Amino acid sequence: MTARSIRGVAATAMAGVLAAGAVACSTPGAGGDGGAGGKDSLVVGLANEPETLSPLLGYGKDGNSKVFDGLLRRDAAMKLRPALAAELPKVTDDGRTYTFTLRRGVKFSDGEPFTAKDVVFTYRTILDEKTNNAAKGELDAIDKVTAEGDDTVVFALKYPYAPFAERTVLPIVPEHVAKGQDVNTGSFNTAPVGTGPYVLTGWSKGEKLTFKANPGYWGGEPEVKKLTMAIIKDDDVRATRLRSGDLDGAILPPNLAKGFKGDKTKRTITAKTTDFRGVTLPTANKVTGDTAVRRALDLAVDREAMVDKLLEGAGRAGYGPVPTGSEWFTKGTERPHDLEKAKKLLDDAGWKPGGDGIREKDGQRAAFTLWFPAGDKLREEHALAFASDAKKAGIKAEVRSGTWEVIEPRMKDDAVLAGGGNPADPDFDLYNLLHSSLALDGFNNMAAYANPDVDKALEEGRRSGDKAARKAAYDTVQRGLADNPGYVFLTHVDHLYVMNDAWKDLSTQVEPHDHGLGAGPWWNVEDWQPKK
Amino acid sequence: MARMAGRRLLAAVPLLGAVTFGVFALAAASPFDPARAHAGSAGLGARQDVLDQLRENLGADRPFVARWWEWLSAALTGDLGDSLSLRQPVSQVIGERIGWSVLLCGVAFVLAVVVGTALGVLAARRRGGLLDRAVTSLSYTLEAAPPFWLGLLAIWFFAIHLGALPAGGLTDTGTDVATAGQVASHLVLPAGVLAVTQLPWFVLYVRQGVGDALAEDPVRGARARGLSERTVLLGHALRSGLLPVLTLIGSRVPELITGALLVETVFSWPGIASATVEAATKVDFPLLAALTVLATAAVLLGNLLSDLLYGLADPRVAHEGM
Repeated sequence: MTARSIRGVAATAMAGVLAAGAVACSTPGAGGDGGAGGKDSLVVGLANEPETLSPLLGYGKDGNSKVFDGLLRRDAAMKLRPALAAELPKVTDDGRTYTFTLRRGVKFSDGEPFTAKDVVFTYRTILDEKTNNAAKGELDAIDKVTAEGDDTVVFALKYPYAPFAERTVLPIVPEHVAKGQDVNTGSFNTAPVGTGPYVLTGWSKGEKLTFKANPGYWGGEPEVKKLTMAIIKDDDVRATRLRSGDLDGAILPPNLAKGFKGDKTKRTITAKTTDFRGVTLPTANKVTGDTAVRRALDLAVDREAMVDKLLEGAGRAGYGPVPTGSEWFTKGTERPHDLEKAKKLLDDAGWKPGGDGIREKDGQRAAFTLWFPAGDKLREEHALAFASDAKKAGIKAEVRSGTWEVIEPRMKDDAVLAGGGNPADPDFDLYNLLHSSLALDGFNNMAAYANPDVDKALEEGRRSGDKAARKAAYDTVQRGLADNPGYVFLTHVDHLYVMNDAWKDLSTQVEPHDHGLGAGPWWNVEDWQPKK
Repeated sequence: MARMAGRRLLAAVPLLGAVTFGVFALAAASPFDPARAHAGSAGLGARQDVLDQLRENLGADRPFVARWWEWLSAALTGDLGDSLSLRQPVSQVIGERIGWSVLLCGVAFVLAVVVGTALGVLAARRRGGLLDRAVTSLSYTLEAAPPFWLGLLAIWFFAIHLGALPAGGLTDTGTDVATAGQVASHLVLPAGVLAVTQLPWFVLYVRQGVGDALAEDPVRGARARGLSERTVLLGHALRSGLLPVLTLIGSRVPELITGALLVETVFSWPGIASATVEAATKVDFPLLAALTVLATAAVLLGNLLSDLLYGLADPRVAHEGM
């Protein structure tokens, strides 16, 4: 190598270094590193962390996944809107065929185009039996999914299934990235690529997830450029960090949210939910299987008191999985607290008070065991309140705690303080909780509820494409549940969020029981505008 | 010396095998269901056939001896299997986290040894004095205090009450990049607490060792020769008094690891120890088995290290006999 060429190489290298330096300097300081407080960055505190970020294993299946989009999405009123689909699906073949036309020109954040192949790959992979996706049962109706050209996807269902479109908010995964790696443990679980408004920039497990705005997002680049979701399990620590300014917003239990009432810079946002708590009344148990006992318990519980005392007002009395505020709720099925009527029902049915105040009938004591999952304070409080109300009517519920492994084998005979709720469609909760074919199948229908009229109406409700017919069917279901309450539903629990008051028009959706990072006021953070 | 090291390493092989066997046996005996743990909250709505399929995919229904043998033979080829709870290969979990654990434990350990030795020497210089009594009683108190309690106390005082130091994590919540300054300020509390939990042993051992040495003939001789008190204390008494501390260094490794388990959890430190807690609570046995091997190896190495150091420091100790 001559001296001249060495000089040449050195000069080129130097130019390269300078150029790199210039590029580095001109990179816009997106969000900056200033932590909370900036208008284009948002730091929120959550209680729970997703186990995976791969939709193939269940991440984001109810929408708002930030990194991904579904074919459809839900707006603030929970109405379905097109996302990766260009329009709502065409339903043909008596509700058995759903045809989606896809939005054109959408690219994944790695620059590759989104096509029908990706949709087919996503659904087929989830339904593959080697894929460890515990929520795949939600897609049970799918018989096959096929692509027609680059921009049409056709779902053929096994049976007419009216709420199917609600399932298609499921995030779509790029085939070219996720294919070829182990779906259960591959790097896609921690380093996802999607079409969504945000791109994952880091995930420190147990600590936080960080995202930056996707400049090529088909819906326009979000104003909030940098999004951090801190995982803080302890409620008190989360509240402290919110107060110290480390966080811009956080989910908090009612007693801690109250502490921010006087703070002018913060506002509390209450999300209505379908998140219910209720007691299963097992059919096989001689006491809880008795219709008179069921109806008496249903009347003896003081739901309003539970909302006031246990939830500090942040919730509503619940008479079924469908909350009273929902359009699907059957007016007139509310059962107000009436202890005298409950006692009379039991007297008439032959349950007579014994020596210790607990009723008896034909030598059978009106007593049963009520389990709650250990460590769940809210369920514990509900269980104790339920037991105390039941005692007033002369029925003894012995409250015990255990892990799900302990509880599950006992569910046939013992009551459980259950929780759940999915707002998207009444079929999701009602069918799983009440249809006799799912009795004690996993954690579905834990009470082994069996009511032929209800079964028939549930099937009618999921098959009919006509909304009025569905409403009539679910009215039948809710009336059937009121006449023979196989569960005593207690409350619907509101979710409270405390936020810095720095953005316009914050809202929440109706939230499900499992509220991950897609719930809360930041469900639509991509649309937020700063207050001037 | 090399022969001793080799012999120890050979002896470690069956031991590690037995330890992993124990982990898999415990897994089989535990009432927890890996399929349900894997499904998490989605499992509460899952139908039985989905859960059964999941159990089959995870191999959770096969006898544990078969699973252990499969795991062991795969591990010998370098494939440690996949973590169920973190949805990642185990080797990747370890690779991402071990550095942070080594940093935390290393800083805490060096701090404990240095500060412990200094305090021990100061206490031994005037036994029964005010400083000695203060240091000794503080040591006994700290030894009795559980690390997680000290951790919570430190968070309450330094992070919440004073607001001087971050309460947890590796960096500030709003920051992505782990810069040296960020990590350093976040390291102070966890490393400090971990060091404090290890400190009492070193203080007490050094105090005893140096105190005894001060009464021995070589020290009396040194004083008789008119050497300065400083030289007597550091050059003569400390040197012979340090011998038991060298043994201590090795035997403290298990305590350091259990201390780290608690400290990393309290301070959300993204290290190996917090992954161990995660693995145990989520019934993630492939990860737990690998981490147990790692902890066992660390203990064995600690013991080996202290024996080697002892031999180097005291020529009377012959390695061949060990």
